[in-house]
Amino acid sequence: MRADDPSLKRLTPPKLTLMERTYLPQIAVGMFVTAKHIAGVAFSNKAITVQYPEEQHVPSPNYRGVHRLNKDEEGRVKCVACMLCATACPAHCIDIVGATAPETWPDREKYCESFVIDELRCIYCGMCEEACPVEAIELTGLYDLTGLSREQMIFDKAKLLSVFDATKDAEPMRFGKGPVNPSTTTTMLTANNVNTAPADPKA
Amino acid sequence: MTFWETVLLIVGLLIKIGVVVGILQGAVAYLILVERKIAAYAQDRIGPNRAGSEFGIPFALLQPLVDGAKMLLKEDVIPSYVNKPLYIIAPMIAIFAATISFAVVPFGIVGPGLPLNFQFQLAPNIDVGIVYIFAVGSLGVYAIILAGWASNNKYAFLGGLRSSAQLISYEIPLGLSVIGMILIAGSLDLNTIINWQDRNVWGIVVQPLGFLLFVISSFAETNRLPFDLPESEQELVGGFHTEYSAMKFGMFFLGEYLNVITVSFLIVILFLGGWDVPFVTDQSQVGVFWAIFKCLVMIAKVAVMILIIMWVRWTLPRFRYDTLMELAWKSLIPLSLINLVATAAIVQLIRSS
Repeated sequence: MRADDPSLKRLTPPKLTLMERTYLPQIAVGMFVTAKHIAGVAFSNKAITVQYPEEQHVPSPNYRGVHRLNKDEEGRVKCVACMLCATACPAHCIDIVGATAPETWPDREKYCESFVIDELRCIYCGMCEEACPVEAIELTGLYDLTGLSREQMIFDKAKLLSVFDATKDAEPMRFGKGPVNPSTTTTMLTANNVNTAPADPKA
Repeated sequence: MTFWETVLLIVGLLIKIGVVVGILQGAVAYLILVERKIAAYAQDRIGPNRAGSEFGIPFALLQPLVDGAKMLLKEDVIPSYVNKPLYIIAPMIAIFAATISFAVVPFGIVGPGLPLNFQFQLAPNIDVGIVYIFAVGSLGVYAIILAGWASNNKYAFLGGLRSSAQLISYEIPLGLSVIGMILIAGSLDLNTIINWQDRNVWGIVVQPLGFLLFVISSFAETNRLPFDLPESEQELVGGFHTEYSAMKFGMFFLGEYLNVITVSFLIVILFLGGWDVPFVTDQSQVGVFWAIFKCLVMIAKVAVMILIIMWVRWTLPRFRYDTLMELAWKSLIPLSLINLVATAAIVQLIRSS
């Protein structure tokens, strides 16, 4: 574009008065603003941070943390192994092995024999949650996920179901069971203290 | 004076130097804690509050110890491409230049008749006090230039160049703005200036413009925000100390804070009356009580000044390089010249009448 192009819009900076050119009034205003913040934290406890290990931050209800596999009223895993979440996943961190459902489960043809999420690969985008047609996979508000090895961070079906057990009271299933209650907090979760006892696959 | 009196004098002086230097280093360590706290408060955070809580010590008062231990115990990396002698000597110059200016800074009353003849100044009754401080203070620029040059790194070198231009520019208004006060008090000796303010009024009343110019220039001289261009992190990584680690970096930090203390002392001595409390203190009060009282008044004023300097740091954004130079050459220097000429004329009129 040429310098004298008619479509160029030229802006002239506003002319400052002498007082404004000294910067001093603006500096005074700025000092007043910081003074308010300093006094607010120092004297009336207005800090927006929390003292982490003692105080726990409660994330908003739509926070996307560790996944869980929901169970239905009979305690069975809701997943029907349709692979939609694995297809939607941009990070390819979901690995599902489906199997034909037992004769006693008339409501579905398949169930997931194995359901593994690599929590280290996951980018916590929530697309699996959106893709799921039966609301089986959900992202919880657990944000303090830690582990000592990469293997610990690969969550299998039993572990994901135990996350549901750990969080179902604080965060009820989003669909069909009323709104999420944001005031309750969930207990701290690490890869170690999630119950890893092998769950009965047909449970 | 006999031989033993001389020995006693020298030993006493050495003890005094040790105490002053020790207090200064300790003060710097705690100033860093205060700075971090103020930074946190200004940003709606809480800041350091853990170190020492295991031993029941509140407000993270052990944090300076932790910081110091970290500085000392870290690996001291000397990159292979640096100019080694200059690289090592630069932080030493920084801390040396910042420390020796305290030789003439009075931190209480100085004069005859004090108890035990204890002078609150390391080198009492030096006629050229303020000239000495400026001379030594401008040595600090060598540390920054040498650090920038010796690091053999583009960012560090740019930081050093900027710093030299900035310090040379701001030395002029800094010196010129003080001359007005010197003319009024009629002496370069800092104690005489304090005594004049004690007898008459504080320097800020007779030299408001000089005070403003001096404060602005001293911000620039100490490389504090809004004039911290030599180390502007966003553009220059770390500026002149990019290549420094461990205690060598710590020495630059220490030097910077010592400079902050020095300019705060200078502002207090030249413009805020030193140890003077209006209607309370007088030069003739030299008893033990008054000596300690005046020393405490002085330290309290300096502490307030340091807090203001930190407060400004967390308020103002950094100047751009051209606006920085414009401010010095187009505004501060002409204003300080006008201030100087006007003061000289008025002083001459009053003296001759």
